[in-house]
Amino acid sequence: MASNSSTGTADDAADLPSGFVRAVGRPAVRVVRAVGSAGYLSRDAVQALRKVDLWGAHLLPQMWAVGVASVPIALFIAVFTGIVLALQASYTFTGAVPLYFVGALVGKTIMLELGPVLTGLALSGRVGANIAAEIGTMRVTEQIDALETLAYDPVAYLVVPRVLAGAIMFPAIVVLATAVGIAAGWGTSLFLLDMSSPEFFKGLRLFFEPWDVQFAAIKAVSFGIIVTATGCFFGYTTRGGAAGVGHATTRAVVVASMIILVLDAFWAAVLL
Amino acid sequence: MSIVLHDLHKSFGEKEVLRGFSLEVEEGQTLSIIGGSGAGKSVTLKHIVGLHQPDSGEVWVDGKAVSHLNQEALYELRRQVGYVFQFAALFDSMTVQENVGMGLRRIEGMSESDIAERVGECLALVELEGYGSHLPSELSGGQRKRVGLARAIATEPGYLLYDEPTTGLDPVTTAVIDRLIKRMREQLGVTGLVITHDMTSAYRISDRIAMLYEGRVRFEGTPDELKACEDPVVRGFIQGDPDLMAQK
Repeated sequence: MASNSSTGTADDAADLPSGFVRAVGRPAVRVVRAVGSAGYLSRDAVQALRKVDLWGAHLLPQMWAVGVASVPIALFIAVFTGIVLALQASYTFTGAVPLYFVGALVGKTIMLELGPVLTGLALSGRVGANIAAEIGTMRVTEQIDALETLAYDPVAYLVVPRVLAGAIMFPAIVVLATAVGIAAGWGTSLFLLDMSSPEFFKGLRLFFEPWDVQFAAIKAVSFGIIVTATGCFFGYTTRGGAAGVGHATTRAVVVASMIILVLDAFWAAVLL
Repeated sequence: MSIVLHDLHKSFGEKEVLRGFSLEVEEGQTLSIIGGSGAGKSVTLKHIVGLHQPDSGEVWVDGKAVSHLNQEALYELRRQVGYVFQFAALFDSMTVQENVGMGLRRIEGMSESDIAERVGECLALVELEGYGSHLPSELSGGQRKRVGLARAIATEPGYLLYDEPTTGLDPVTTAVIDRLIKRMREQLGVTGLVITHDMTSAYRISDRIAMLYEGRVRFEGTPDELKACEDPVVRGFIQGDPDLMAQK
């Protein structure tokens, strides 16, 4: 027993580095492979832009699916964000800062940060998951192979219209959500905080810069591309059956959400 | 107008699926590939249309080396090859008519009325007139396979690849599909390559039969030669006798 125990300990010690290397190495290799595959898919998507005959007819339906159908959830989030921001700003400012600063905080925060980011995160769940599940199901049921055998470039047919729709429609949704969020903050200030409209708009105008709108639009375009491209990538590379589609969908949402937050910090550091 | 597979090797990770697979399908012939599940039959078929690239070896279709074609040339070749998928692979958001017309929309100069006419002809050929407005989810397994066949023949390809066209079908529907495959060769002169487990089907539709075993061709010959083959692996497979196969 003693001998076995001693041998076992020695083996464990010997296995430790290789076990560690394996535990770290395998996920690292998977990540590097995924990044490589994403690079190839991006290259193919850029090259497929010239095949307008394949993606052109699908752009409008995708803009509807990605954009118009997402308006209710985006507005729902915007309304409650505006209400909460106005109430919390009032709570924080009372007795210390003039109350018209509520308008400044609501406008600036929604325009620069919460409008694009919360909308992006919500749409990564609605749009990104939907795209990953749809394309993933097409992959595991050989519909993508069928497209190829019928001489369709699946990247031009499936990926390009979705990513373009995201890039076009996300800024529109974010602008709408920002306007509605600010309006909700205004309504809250009027009816719950005893502020007047001139007071609210005085604060709103105080720190407003036209550049803020461009900044929000740049973020929205990048989030739109990330959410749709991530959904397409995980759907396109799905393996296995229903479980594979489930994994692809989850990964699409998680990865897109993480990239949105990283991009959010990146744009703030680079553009502000 | 032939398909030549020469010394194909293909691995997925550590699993070596094809290990020097060579085969030729002559013009106008229907050749069936039989073999156990996971033997690499579907992988072989996907090499022919460039959905898989061999690790080594080469596939020639119509005298063209598939792995050396650029994307446009590959799509041009695919217009000459119809592919019938194992589970039909119909586009589930489209009607039967739209599914069958998909390949036709890639042909320049075809008007909507030309496409509708050709779709009607193909649906008639697979005995599915009147099903054009149905969705795939409204069809039985056999009907879906027939729509898959109609989609594959719509562009009038010179080659048809069938991936287990009768798996999971009842004997009567199997006979209908077999009759369609024979009709493709007899009426349209199509060169066919069929992946199947179904020996009755294989005998019925094939000019030649090849058995894929351990990544290579174990047997190739006419149906009568296959019936007379003494190789225990081949005999064990066609008789469904694993003990006989183990005598190799």
